[in-house]
Amino acid sequence: MIFNEQHELIRKLARDFAKKELTSDVLDKIEETDVFPEEILNKMGKAGFFGIKIPKELGGAGSDHRGYVAVMEEIARESAVASLYVSSPNSLGGGPLLLSGTDEQLKKYLKPVVTGEKILAFALTEPGAGSDASGMTTTAVEDGDYYVLNGRKTFITMAPLADYAVVYAKTDMCRGAKGITAFIVDMKSEGVSCGKSEHKMGLIGCATSDIILENVRVPKEDMLGELNQGFTNAMKTLDVGRIGVAAQSIGVAQAALDEAIKYAKDRKQFGRRIADFQGISFMIAEMATKLQAAKHLVYDAAYKKDTNQNATVAASMAKFYASEVCNEICAKAVQIHGGYGYMKEYRVERLYRDCRVFTIYEGTSQVQQMVISGQLLK
Amino acid sequence: MKILVCVKQVPDTNEVKIDPVKGTLIREGVPSILNPDDANALEAALAIKDNDPNVKVSVLTMGPPQATEMLRECLSMGADDAYLLSDRAFGGADTWSTSNTLAAGIRKIGDLDIIFAGRQAIDGDTAQVGPQTAQRLNIPVVTYVQNVELAGDKVIVQRQMEDGYELIEVKTPCLLTAVKELNEPRYMSIYNIVDACSKEITVWGHEDIKLSPENCGLKASPTQVFRSFTPPTKGKGEMLTGTTAEVSKSLISKLKGLHVI
Repeated sequence: MIFNEQHELIRKLARDFAKKELTSDVLDKIEETDVFPEEILNKMGKAGFFGIKIPKELGGAGSDHRGYVAVMEEIARESAVASLYVSSPNSLGGGPLLLSGTDEQLKKYLKPVVTGEKILAFALTEPGAGSDASGMTTTAVEDGDYYVLNGRKTFITMAPLADYAVVYAKTDMCRGAKGITAFIVDMKSEGVSCGKSEHKMGLIGCATSDIILENVRVPKEDMLGELNQGFTNAMKTLDVGRIGVAAQSIGVAQAALDEAIKYAKDRKQFGRRIADFQGISFMIAEMATKLQAAKHLVYDAAYKKDTNQNATVAASMAKFYASEVCNEICAKAVQIHGGYGYMKEYRVERLYRDCRVFTIYEGTSQVQQMVISGQLLK
Repeated sequence: MKILVCVKQVPDTNEVKIDPVKGTLIREGVPSILNPDDANALEAALAIKDNDPNVKVSVLTMGPPQATEMLRECLSMGADDAYLLSDRAFGGADTWSTSNTLAAGIRKIGDLDIIFAGRQAIDGDTAQVGPQTAQRLNIPVVTYVQNVELAGDKVIVQRQMEDGYELIEVKTPCLLTAVKELNEPRYMSIYNIVDACSKEITVWGHEDIKLSPENCGLKASPTQVFRSFTPPTKGKGEMLTGTTAEVSKSLISKLKGLHVI
């Protein structure tokens, strides 16, 4: 069995939590105001959602990747944006620290992130460096006990809300990926500012913006990991991140399938339920089958991580397939809803918008294909 | 301080469907849950523990081996340890027999200050097991508790009434049965789940609690069930709207139409 009693209890907790807290009224309000309620974030913190797989001695809950997947899936099933708040501290926020942080850094930065007191953003992407992260132009120049950072990071999830950011910058312009170093930047430092919040298609309720760095002086003790080793840190962090996005994908896809089944059984045309038409029923069969396949890829990747096997290909396969299939399932769910599916009053409309980014962020489907094929064709 | 919470695993009645022909409950495939009033009872105990880390909260249930799932949930909410009274001899027990078994288990655990129980279980709705258990242990009981305050070796509780509440001071050890208005049960937490899964659950059979098989389960149950059935569901009420005069007029005409007046 992939899941044990602990994972089943965690799934039950996440399911109960999501059903009770993330009601349609709450979600509509988030969509309307673009603000996620603080009260729910506090409850998530108490439940341990922000440090699921972070060891107990570092303030986390001490579960594992399967526990993380279960929470992400069940929370995303009710609200994709809510799952973003879970993934941030567990994955892109906490990940870089967990991989390379010193004891002092873990104590100072990771602990408050895990309890939900502080938010930490992951700042890798730049306007000119997306899939090709090594092409970044942000620089960090040594100056006495400090590094001076200059540059612009873009599409940074939660940047306007963040207390700290892990910023990747070039410390050696001549060495490409091997000249990148990670720094923990206090967002209140002089010279740090955020761009305007982006108007996104979906995942409303989680601000995303640029981070602008102008002569930001970062003390040397806030360098994360070794000099020029930042790219490895970023790539390893994204390895875990992929499992999170894959889990979001199966959660949202499950919600779309549930809605499609419910609607197909209720809606009558030509004197019978539309579920009784083969055109609809075969669509549902295909959606359910692909979702099941995606789930097993995601669970397999998490299991491999938990048992210390190489999970790079498994995580890329899970992210690639689950996010693509999620988009397909959501599109079909809208199709089954007909005109109603195009209206904001119906849940599938939001699911369709929210999932669109799953094949894009944390490594596009094409980057995942590069990873998978790169390993196979070595 | 030691607190014990009596809990029961019940079928989730929200998910139970009724066999349209036989009129009985279809229990197959119905998820089992922690009885809702018992969750309030556990929350009351955990709230006391929140304020005083020296408080120890234990949970106790009688049931088949799968009741351990529910006990793990209780541990995941924050209980310190769990006891399961499980034995084929306990099967088929009515409230008389159940309270006898629970009381024997409680005597074995011993040295308790407060025992909490839910007001009633959603599968039986008798509300008898709590008070019967207190009677067998010869300790005071307050039912329908909607508020609890500790006061030294006493507790001051509000006992819910239809039109208000009674304020009762009761000496410990005592047994209190909780209503849902008492509190909002907390969620489990992943921190506790991880610990709960490595905790040992104590399982006791009839010999462990010194009960002979004749004194437990179906054999010791005076209640005889002749037939179970689901009462016919009431029709939906009709809300009348308009001014008082319009509503009164409409009400009278409807009552006349139904030959009530």
